[in-house]
Amino acid sequence: MADAARPDGKLVDNIVLFTHALRKAGVRVGTAQVQNALQAVIATGFTRRADFYHALRATLICRQKHLETFHQVFTLFWRDPEFLDRLLQTMLPLMQVAAPPPPKPDAAQRRAAQALWDAAPAKSDPPMREELDMDMRFSWSENEVLRAQDFEQMTAAELVQAEQAICQMTLPAPPVRSRRFVARPTGSRPDLRRMMRRAVRRQGEIDRLALKAPLPRPPDLVAICDISGSMTVYARMMMHFLHALTWSPNKNWGKVHGFTFGTRLTNISRGLAQRDIDAALEVLGRDAPDWQGGTRIGDALRAFNRDWSRRVLGRGAVVLLITDGLERGDINTLRAEAERLSLSCRRLIWLNPLLRWDRFEPKAEGIRTLLPLVDSFHACHSLDSLAGIAAALQGGSEKQRLLAAC
Amino acid sequence: MASLPATIEDTVDLLATQDYVLGRDLATVVFLALKLGKPLFLEGEAGVGKTQIAKALAGALGRDLIRLQCFEGLDASSAIYEWNFSAQMIAIRTAEAAGQVDRSGLQSELFSEDYLIRRPLLEALSPHPEGPPVLLIDEIDRTDEPFEAFLLEALSDFQITIPELGVIRAETPPIVILTSNRTREVHDALKRRCLYHWVEFPSVERELEILRTHLPDVSETLSQQVVAFVHQLRQEDVFKKPGVAETIDWAKCLIALDAVALTPEVVAGTLGALLKYQDDIARMSGSEVTRLVTEMRAQLALAS
Repeated sequence: MADAARPDGKLVDNIVLFTHALRKAGVRVGTAQVQNALQAVIATGFTRRADFYHALRATLICRQKHLETFHQVFTLFWRDPEFLDRLLQTMLPLMQVAAPPPPKPDAAQRRAAQALWDAAPAKSDPPMREELDMDMRFSWSENEVLRAQDFEQMTAAELVQAEQAICQMTLPAPPVRSRRFVARPTGSRPDLRRMMRRAVRRQGEIDRLALKAPLPRPPDLVAICDISGSMTVYARMMMHFLHALTWSPNKNWGKVHGFTFGTRLTNISRGLAQRDIDAALEVLGRDAPDWQGGTRIGDALRAFNRDWSRRVLGRGAVVLLITDGLERGDINTLRAEAERLSLSCRRLIWLNPLLRWDRFEPKAEGIRTLLPLVDSFHACHSLDSLAGIAAALQGGSEKQRLLAAC
Repeated sequence: MASLPATIEDTVDLLATQDYVLGRDLATVVFLALKLGKPLFLEGEAGVGKTQIAKALAGALGRDLIRLQCFEGLDASSAIYEWNFSAQMIAIRTAEAAGQVDRSGLQSELFSEDYLIRRPLLEALSPHPEGPPVLLIDEIDRTDEPFEAFLLEALSDFQITIPELGVIRAETPPIVILTSNRTREVHDALKRRCLYHWVEFPSVERELEILRTHLPDVSETLSQQVVAFVHQLRQEDVFKKPGVAETIDWAKCLIALDAVALTPEVVAGTLGALLKYQDDIARMSGSEVTRLVTEMRAQLALAS
């Protein structure tokens, strides 16, 4: 086969190099696939760029989520000169302060660029993490400020870490016992249908009881996520978390519905359904209109209870509430609505990302109101990584300790 | 047996014979569903008459109504068919006692129509003397995705496979109506195969007509007030907006109390017929009811 490609000896090398670049960008490509790709390229001929593109794509990519990455790596690798300029602009944003703003990078472009230029000076400084002290209690904004959010694109390493963290994550919620049955020798009910089939095969002899047991079903997950001003630093990580919850293969939960709230409630499930994380982040930043605004948890929960709870909590869903619990609105509304929410879902899990001290005492009124109403409370001591969130959910509930401290 | 309606107007008239009052939008969809033989997917708040339309349709066309009430964990044995295990067991024992050893004979006897319990879906596909029945698959959102996926197959081919008997196919497909209260989003693949209609709360005029049809002995003033008040209530921020069924129930309550006109006291006393959540009742009690009644009177005065 290599002989057939001989006229253009460099092509084989380049295709192999290209697959290496793909691997670095996070696409798993096997050697057999590379071989297929070579055969495909030979079969389609190397005359038209579009043919070449689709031949490679058909052979090297087998998951929808990698299409965008493939496209970017392909465009960069089989480079067109103008593209390089655009890329340089996005990679070195400091160089052109006076120049007109660069066009927005396409989804997955950053990953593609990193795969090709390992040494390239990527934006190395992560967003500064605010050191939060008790002052944050006074840092909400009084007015409703509506703004969209632009997220930094994900790096390949971040994606790998996230996938690992989420795959190993379990929820502090047991599976639901469904009404469906599965054949099991240690089951508790007789499986008459199977018994009869067996009996017919043996001239009507019923030799042993066929048993069945209820099949456990993972609960659906509804994540309600605070995106107000005090949580802004973590917004990107939280959105990544929700996206990973939606897409990572994990049998501990079923469907994922996502909501964000600051001053109003937004259903972001459609955005989360975007397969590529960068595309999803872009939609999420645009969909929710109240990034970095004030916090009205009570009103948001009220809107959720009224408009969505009957639609998404129907099948014993677990609610994951991610908020700092610093309520700006009416405490009585918060109490009533949180109580309703906790009664209508199977389990209410509160993940508080701002409590980073072990000796934290819940002084804020919103926190003291919410705490007795949730089923389990988890403080996330570091929100730098998804592993931190996963670990927080893994650990035991801190509700009792905090309640005692109240 | 009535024949299928030929126009949209015919559909309205046909359902009117069963005291079902419907708007042009719903009539169009129903007409198309009958004409094209497609399943009709109705979604909407509880109590807007989704289930009722299937009953009315079956009554008007003189067809059987077969109802499959969905619930979590609904499976083939309660939706399609089941073998009558106890009867089969007895048959086996009898065969044993009689010393019968013919294995294939036993098998064909045990898995014959005699031992088959027909469940709604199979029933709907079997031939009916009155013509294809109306199959109502109620509250499809209550069941889970696997069953939905199964329905996909059953609704596109109108055939069911029973391993022991073979394929059972409907000669003429039944009229299928699916309803959902949206406690869960039903998958697009199922919706795609159906005609979709979101059933709205009716307009004031239509609701008045419905009320007159169902309760002819309510005075005109009272029914106007009742409908105006309910419409006002639906504008409010309540957890569960009252449906048409609640309006009719409430009007019945008012008749039972011999009320001639709505007063805040009467409304406060019977609010439980309209609002089914304690929060809503608490929110609407006292001055709110007075405000709504005053507004309703002002509106009616303006209209006349």
